[in-house]
Amino acid sequence: MAKTITVQNFEEEVLKSDRPFLVDFWATWCGPCMRQGPIVEELAKEGYAVGKADVDKEAALAQKYGVMNIPTLIVFKDGKEAERLVGLTSKEKLKNIMDQM
Amino acid sequence: MEKIIIVGAGPAGISAALYAARGNMDPLVVDNGIGALEKAEKIENYYGLECLLSGRELYERGLAQARRLGVRILNAQVLGIGGFDTFEVKTTKGSFEAESVILATGGKRSTPSIPGIRELEGRGVSYCAVCDAFFYRGKEVAVLGHSDFALHEAEELVNLASGVTIYTDGMEPEFSREHPIAVNTMKIQAIEGEGRVEGIRLQSDMMMQEEGQEQASFMPTDGVFVALGTAGSSEIARQMGAELTEKGHIKVDEKMESTIPGLFAAGDCTGGLLQVAKAVYEGCQAGISAIQYVRRRGKES
Repeated sequence: MAKTITVQNFEEEVLKSDRPFLVDFWATWCGPCMRQGPIVEELAKEGYAVGKADVDKEAALAQKYGVMNIPTLIVFKDGKEAERLVGLTSKEKLKNIMDQM
Repeated sequence: MEKIIIVGAGPAGISAALYAARGNMDPLVVDNGIGALEKAEKIENYYGLECLLSGRELYERGLAQARRLGVRILNAQVLGIGGFDTFEVKTTKGSFEAESVILATGGKRSTPSIPGIRELEGRGVSYCAVCDAFFYRGKEVAVLGHSDFALHEAEELVNLASGVTIYTDGMEPEFSREHPIAVNTMKIQAIEGEGRVEGIRLQSDMMMQEEGQEQASFMPTDGVFVALGTAGSSEIARQMGAELTEKGHIKVDEKMESTIPGLFAAGDCTGGLLQVAKAVYEGCQAGISAIQYVRRRGKES
């Protein structure tokens, strides 16, 4: 399952991850986010390092990374933002990006 | 609850309605007027048309044919579609719940591309007020558009943002009702900002220029919500979370089903040939697929 990312575990789980880590910024009221969720879960099942940050609960995190639309997907590599996708993004596209890193 | 709602009354929408009606689905068609067909003066290449028809004549014949089969036609604009298990279709004439929806509003009406919109997508430019209003709590936002679609988006924002202004980009406002939201009808030169939206540059007013005043006025804003024209199939589908193709058309499979179960699309909005024949085929397929979807759903519950 995709990890639940919070302000508290962000550094440990995401920034210190030894492989590229995908964070899905989402919220319960957002239609496209509800479609993105299952895609992210599938990536988790296939062994990719992924997590979900609920912007309603983790507003500070969303603000820190300048997230202004949801869903926004950010891939972190070596503690830094490496790629950002705004809007519903297909599994194939996300896999391509993660595989190339 | 409706079984099937069809958005659009052109060749794709009406073909879907004919099949849905014959399948006892009693479909409701939401008609927002003629689309691209209006541009066709004479249609010569469609099967069986011995006497040439204009696009408008064909459209009107289609409506009459559907009515003869008992199809209900509602003259309204769709503002957006919500819901998860079933669909809530919001229109200018009220909301309707449906088990299945077929989008067939035609292709994109050409809307002028305003410099800065693409560049600042995800950096203050948004296409979904319901999704992103949250990020503009206590901030100043702009909605681009001139119809009820823009008004609907603006109303999603008023309770959260400190201020909401609709910019029509030189278009005459076409709101179907009174509202308290500020409207600016000047032409837009660009959306500006370094790395994120900072404001809207309006085109200079000739009169003001002659008087030697400032060339163009700059309206500071934190966010820009795009709702140009009327809500087309792609805009509706995008807000619902259906996948679009790279070209911005609705992604469908061979059954004309989008990536959302129960949501189908047909005609120009799926890309490919902009031909009546193609729209009719896709409408037929979408209608049949929607019937199957509704029947399957009935058996499961």
